[in-house]
Amino acid sequence: MELTDLQIERYSRHIILEQVGLAGQERLLAARVLIVGAGGLGSPAALYLAAAGVGTIGIVDADTVDITNLQRQIAHRTADLGREKVLSAAEKMVAINPDITVNTHRLFLQADNITEVIADYDFIIDGTDNFAAKFLINDACHFSRKPYVHAGILRFEGQMLTVLPGETACLRCVFGGPPPPGAVPSCSQAGVLGVLAGVLGALQATEAVKHALRQGELLTNALLKYNALDLSFRRVPLRRNPHCPLCGDAPTIGELHDEALPLCDLKETRP
Amino acid sequence: MKLTVNGKVTETEAPALGEFLAEQHVKSPDQVSIELNGRILRREEYGGITLSEGDQIEFFYFMGGGRGTH
Repeated sequence: MELTDLQIERYSRHIILEQVGLAGQERLLAARVLIVGAGGLGSPAALYLAAAGVGTIGIVDADTVDITNLQRQIAHRTADLGREKVLSAAEKMVAINPDITVNTHRLFLQADNITEVIADYDFIIDGTDNFAAKFLINDACHFSRKPYVHAGILRFEGQMLTVLPGETACLRCVFGGPPPPGAVPSCSQAGVLGVLAGVLGALQATEAVKHALRQGELLTNALLKYNALDLSFRRVPLRRNPHCPLCGDAPTIGELHDEALPLCDLKETRP
Repeated sequence: MKLTVNGKVTETEAPALGEFLAEQHVKSPDQVSIELNGRILRREEYGGITLSEGDQIEFFYFMGGGRGTH
């Protein structure tokens, strides 16, 4: 791939970096990243990856833009209320950078469709908002051997973990499986600082960029804990868990399955 | 006895993990994953763990995201 003069100018602040250069920018333009969720985490990730010139970006979301989203989901504007999130996000991404291709997937990922969706991508960003989806992504990336980055946010805190399936600790190594219904509040019950989603989503995008560039160290075998009130970042070392039901010594999960949505979420979706 | 909990030195009188969780206001073991000295514990182990001076404990909480109210 030969960069045009305009591309060399557009990406000049990248190209000047020793760890990027022309070759690195070409890698970014050839990279294929899937963002699951066009919400709080997915918005900043999508905008930054578009700006960075990640050549193919997929974005998955079945929802439409709701007024409670706008406090943190920066890809969407007030004028987008009621619109499909994937279209709203894709429009902003291409407006930033017409170089890139955005694939929109307006669907909920489930055990019966996730493998096909992730197959086209090299790196997956989990920007989902519920535990069923988070564990499904973890499991599907394991079975398809796709590197991915998990993040979660609640109140003033966030966490992140990058997984190289079969090599490094996965989400189930840490948590086993989703919490039982009602054990953990959701953000709509407990609240979330809007800008927290920006911090974690931008960090997830950084992992995707590093993966494409093959530079630096990914956040593997370590869970990052961020507390906005203390302004503290802690990188807690982890190792693979021999009791992990997915990637441990005697795995009990042999195929993809849909986890039940917690009761609190089911309640929320009732009219 | 002094433990390091989430990176901070913490004084406790709790002899075992169960009492320590109560002291830390962890209401249900289902809410948290616990790493003790670098090893993730199984939840069924929580009741049987005795604490020792200098133990390093890390709590990992489930964090989802901003699921809306619609």
